Amino acid sequence: MLTRMLMIRRFEERVKIEFAATRVKGFVHLYIGEEAVAVGVCSDLRDDDYVTSTHRGHGHCIAKGIEMKSMMAELFGKRTGTCKGKGGSMHISDLTLGMLGANGIVAGGVPHAVGAALSAKYRGTDQVAVAFFSDGALNQGVLHESMNLASIWKLPVIFVLENNQYAESTSITYATSVADPTIRASSYNIPASRIDGMDVMAVNEAASGMIAKARRGEGPSYLVCDTYRYMGHFEGDDQKYRTPQEVEEWKRVDPITRFKNSLIQEGYLSDEKYRETNESILQEIEEAVEYADKSEWPSPDEVMNDIYSSM
Amino acid sequence: MQVSQVKFTFLQSITDALRQEMERNDRIIIMGEDVRIWGGVFGRFKGFKEKFGENRILDTPISEAGFVGVAVGAAATGLRPVVDLMFVDFFGVAADQIFNQAAKMKYMFGGKAKLPLVIITMIGGGLSAAAQHSQCLYSTFAHIPGIKCVVPSTPYDAKGLLTTALRQDDPVVFFEHKFLHSIEGTVPVESYEIPFGKADIKREGKDVTLVGLARTVHQSLEAAASLEKEGISAEVLDPRTIVPLDEDAILNSVKRTGRLVIVDEDYPRCSFATDVAALVADRGFHYLDSPIKTVTALNSPSPFSPVLEEAFLPSTERIIKTVHSAFGR
Repeated sequence: MLTRMLMIRRFEERVKIEFAATRVKGFVHLYIGEEAVAVGVCSDLRDDDYVTSTHRGHGHCIAKGIEMKSMMAELFGKRTGTCKGKGGSMHISDLTLGMLGANGIVAGGVPHAVGAALSAKYRGTDQVAVAFFSDGALNQGVLHESMNLASIWKLPVIFVLENNQYAESTSITYATSVADPTIRASSYNIPASRIDGMDVMAVNEAASGMIAKARRGEGPSYLVCDTYRYMGHFEGDDQKYRTPQEVEEWKRVDPITRFKNSLIQEGYLSDEKYRETNESILQEIEEAVEYADKSEWPSPDEVMNDIYSSM
Repeated sequence: MQVSQVKFTFLQSITDALRQEMERNDRIIIMGEDVRIWGGVFGRFKGFKEKFGENRILDTPISEAGFVGVAVGAAATGLRPVVDLMFVDFFGVAADQIFNQAAKMKYMFGGKAKLPLVIITMIGGGLSAAAQHSQCLYSTFAHIPGIKCVVPSTPYDAKGLLTTALRQDDPVVFFEHKFLHSIEGTVPVESYEIPFGKADIKREGKDVTLVGLARTVHQSLEAAASLEKEGISAEVLDPRTIVPLDEDAILNSVKRTGRLVIVDEDYPRCSFATDVAALVADRGFHYLDSPIKTVTALNSPSPFSPVLEEAFLPSTERIIKTVHSAFGR
């Protein structure tokens, strides 16, 4: 789990640099600070389980096992990218790994997780689906509709709220009628818990129980993870809605530092081993950037491909 | 080989196609409001719950964004959902799931997704159902790349086109005109496909081409019969699907007749009618002996009062008058 979290962190740091260098175009929303949520949940998923993501999706993609190489190539807009350069940051996906896509519409992917769970149940498998969404999605109707449908049909879905405190510039305390989001789940008769989303072990423990329950056919659950995004909503955000002190406060409970320290303290990890892991991740990212850079652009005549399966 | 045929209403032929395909493919499920007990509001799925079981016929709450979105997720993961979006007017509450999710998923994912999703929905006026239960709106869907749009006019076309829809892998919206529900036609008993993007000439003619969809095909045929008495031979061309659109068939027909009147029950602005007009102006202008004319609904919300609705909708009389104007009469 530490390795995965570090992969996300280092990948995002590099994306930030490549975006500033204008090699990555478009809109980029970084996941730095929230790594414990994606990793804590996805570590208990199988390759054939489903995940739907958000516009801040790089972390979920890496946690679900998508190669950084093809992700970086996608961000560069190259043909070798996960989506052949047609999706970009907000639409990275890999259906072979059950990753049903990042999504540019807030809460837009949530019903797809419910649909994947319906599909799994209908096909008689024990696959489960996880819908990741953030506090910005809390007041979207389709989230509520999805929770209701998952509940009445008793589907194997885990709704994971990444409460990173802000929907773009708007604080959850302003935008949401309840201080405790688990209250929303009780309206749909879905069991919920709220945990420290900066603690990967806590996330994993809670998620693994919910995943096991879904696999047994005991219906949906709702997990609220309190977390924080260190970067702005998008690259270029002036962040006038929060103070630098607030950001620093949250960084004190950084999920990677905490988990690393606890592993070292308990004797599972040495500083040297950590450095090695970090180095090898940096190396892998270097290779991913090189791969993306050297990959071919799509040919302009590919623009009309992939709209339909047949015509 | 003798093909055995049966007389079916439009609605019966839709039920028949669904039943045959559900027997053939157990990945097809039906989702929508009131589908289990009523079989949908007009009984399209009557008896399906008993025949196919409750897990294939899913009643949904009134929650269009939710259940269309669920169908998108189910389609991406191996099922073939048929969603009953009762009246097309309700698309607005599910618009993101249709326009931003279903239509774009395949493309956004670099072609690596299949979305075998069929949305069946009722369209059209003539029943005093007023502004929120009478629209056609297929032009709105056709505007968005990634959705195929089927607008059948006869029981034969309805069965064949729906069968095709249930055997291909892209999102399809199947627009079913409620005024046509009870019309009858001869339909093969066995299942058959009608390819998308193949227009059908419902009546041959040599002086003017009438392009119509759904109910306006029938109005155009009535107009053509009446025009024949005054010596005008009108061809009635039914594209049957507007995405894909059989552009060649339209151009070829206009090439033969030299005149074009598009008869479309949808709103007139940025519409099917203007699209076909633009096509012919762009690629068939030299075939034209007179300006392109359109007969459409008025640029107004659909009114309630039958008197107002009659003024609002295309009619056989308006078609005849417009054809006259194309001949300078």
